[in-house]
Amino acid sequence: MTFDLPLIWAGLIAFAVLAYVILDGFDLGVGILFPFVRGEKHRDEMMNSVAPVWDGNETWLVLGGGGLFAVFPLAYAIIMPALYAPVTIMLLGLIFRGVAFEFRWKTRRGQFLWDAAFAGGSTIAAFAQGVALGALVQGIPVQGRAYAGGWWDWLTSFSLLTGFALVVGYALLGATWLILKTEGHVQRRAYTLAFWLAPAMFLLIGLVSAITPFLNDVYRERWFGWPQVLLVVTVPALVLVAAYVLFKGLIERREISPFLASLSVFVLCFVGLGISFFPHIVPNSVTIRDAAAPDNSLAFLLAGAGVLVPVILGYTAYSYWVFRGKVNAVGGYH
Amino acid sequence: MELFTPLALARMQFAFTVSFHIIFPAFSIGLASYLAVLNGLHLATGRGVFLDLFNYWKKIFAVAFGMGVVSGIVMSYQFGTNWSVFSDKVGPVLGPLMGYEVLSAFFLEAGFLGVMLFGRKRVGEGLHFFATLMVAFGTFFSAFWILSVNCWMQTPAGFGINEKGQFIALDWWAVIFNPSFPYRLVHMLLAAYLTTAFVVGAVGALHLLRDRTNPAARMMFSMAMWMAAIVAPMQILAGDAHGLNTLEYQPAKVMAMEGHYESHPNGAPLILFGIPNPAEKRIDYAVEIPGFSSLILKHDLKAPLAGLDTIAPEKQPPVAVLFWSFRIMVGIGFAMLGLGLWSLWLRLKGRLYEAPLMHRAALLMGPSGFIAVLAGWITTEVGRQPYTVYGLLSTADSVSPVAVQAVAASLVAFVIVYFSLFGAGTFYLLRLMNAPPHAHESGLDPGEPIRAGGLMPGPAMDAGTAFTPAE
Repeated sequence: MTFDLPLIWAGLIAFAVLAYVILDGFDLGVGILFPFVRGEKHRDEMMNSVAPVWDGNETWLVLGGGGLFAVFPLAYAIIMPALYAPVTIMLLGLIFRGVAFEFRWKTRRGQFLWDAAFAGGSTIAAFAQGVALGALVQGIPVQGRAYAGGWWDWLTSFSLLTGFALVVGYALLGATWLILKTEGHVQRRAYTLAFWLAPAMFLLIGLVSAITPFLNDVYRERWFGWPQVLLVVTVPALVLVAAYVLFKGLIERREISPFLASLSVFVLCFVGLGISFFPHIVPNSVTIRDAAAPDNSLAFLLAGAGVLVPVILGYTAYSYWVFRGKVNAVGGYH
Repeated sequence: MELFTPLALARMQFAFTVSFHIIFPAFSIGLASYLAVLNGLHLATGRGVFLDLFNYWKKIFAVAFGMGVVSGIVMSYQFGTNWSVFSDKVGPVLGPLMGYEVLSAFFLEAGFLGVMLFGRKRVGEGLHFFATLMVAFGTFFSAFWILSVNCWMQTPAGFGINEKGQFIALDWWAVIFNPSFPYRLVHMLLAAYLTTAFVVGAVGALHLLRDRTNPAARMMFSMAMWMAAIVAPMQILAGDAHGLNTLEYQPAKVMAMEGHYESHPNGAPLILFGIPNPAEKRIDYAVEIPGFSSLILKHDLKAPLAGLDTIAPEKQPPVAVLFWSFRIMVGIGFAMLGLGLWSLWLRLKGRLYEAPLMHRAALLMGPSGFIAVLAGWITTEVGRQPYTVYGLLSTADSVSPVAVQAVAASLVAFVIVYFSLFGAGTFYLLRLMNAPPHAHESGLDPGEPIRAGGLMPGPAMDAGTAFTPAE
């Protein structure tokens, strides 16, 4: 039996991207919410809640990007120049917030600077990721084996909308994470913020979802064609279920269910994207099979990934288990 | 070369970001091994001074490692943004090697760094030492894969070309262990060890100049000077072997390094100094030793050596850059050897810790390893021009079809951000190094949480104590 290696890899890369989005999503969200919580102690508490895990979360981004280069070099070669500006801005944002984790504790005088770097870098990185997503969804002109558009093509009202949507979505993930991991003042603030963020996020998701099928015929066929509409309608239906669980959890002051519900919304949106894209990797122009490197390259790397990715997942899960429970301002879990 | 073109700007951007990046790994590869040695010595001898030094340098390691991680993320995306045609063509061969770099580095470094930094009292001495070794292996594996990628671009092997015009692997073993790889790997690892040794030596010298009785300062200075005395000559030999390998596979690079515009049928001179004159194709004011270049490269004073006159002008690397960068690297190499020999002489006389002049020299040479590493990489990378994959894919054909404004704007942004952020980071590093090492050196500052730089908690850290620095 032969394996369909490009398909396996498409699944693996999609998984890495999803892992990145939901994991780095909540710690970027904590950064986005930094300006909305005052007081040094409270901010310490927020930062400490993500400090042990953010770096591992971000490595999924390297795995996603590096993986794309390795197994779908054509897609990498088309998408990166097309998303030149948002990708660059995202990287700069990630650098700012990444060093802030380290430098914030090295100075008192300059601490406000690193607070600003953490909040600003997180927000900018989230917005740039959303814009990049929107630019990808709206389509990229391709000629031969290269990007054929201009250097401002990524900037449209649709991509700005997805940018805002992702900032709000990450902020909601961050708020519900803080509900889970903190108590007292920070947790109360997080509940309040989540009450504002949740409706805003569903409104934005609704807008993006309403526009997407009309961006081109292929998307429309995917979502409204008969009889697959019977299948794909489960995605928005499940989003409604998640929304119900989220609001119920917030109203009843539950600690775990709002976070899990927010995560589910992200997973469902990701599945929705998959429905729009598949079997293309660059929407409507390059398929997974076209973009794939030869099978011997895919097999060579799969041997390593097959061993190491489960190990990485294992100790990532273990580290979340170790750091379970509430965090407090002086850096101690109890 | 036209300056305001996507090609020129993309090259500048890559040169800038990779130059900043290489500084951190060059230091952390050596420092990881140094930490492993200190940890092992502490376990073997039980002497507190080794633990103090371990704790002193691990704080510095954490900051440098963090900066290496964030500057490295940029590199993995820049292949796509600025060099998309290159990525499309070489992705099937080089992509999996870089994938292995990410996987192995992620696994070993990120997995064990947390234990190394925070876990000594929690996991026990043995497991903690194991974690320190794994971090050192992780930095080694990173270097292994990245250098394999780089060397394949210099001396491609084991490949074919498919109908889409992509390079594909025919023999992975030949791809990974391509002809220049063993030489460049050894040369780079020794360079990383020397770089770290001279930083450690400079910090030791600084604190000896202030207080020559400080036991930790004496120990680190002594260890660093042993490294200088032993590794510097090894590095000169490794560099020589690497040069011979380059002569075999990339003769034009060696011609430019040597400044040989002309062929020398009866033995080529070694040009010690001079000013390259590209317009007239000669070296002005050359100070040279007749026959010595042939002696070094061919082991025969009279051996003929071809010059750049045998290479088509459009296939030549820029001579002036290589001529200078090579001499800076070699000059620093011999200065390192000199300091190593000086330390041996003083040690013999029993005055290693009572020689302020030599301590000042060691302090001055603290950053010399970084300069030599940069000069060496400039020599080998600029010497690869005008190709990205040597002889097969030209740099001009590798660049992305992006607007010049996009590359220019991002270059400016990277310059501003790197200088301000890594400037601040360097300042914090220097401040840590400026603090004298003392007995019962603490781990990380109390109150600081576990954070940054791939910090994953280790096995056996239980939730109750995981966040309270125990040291």
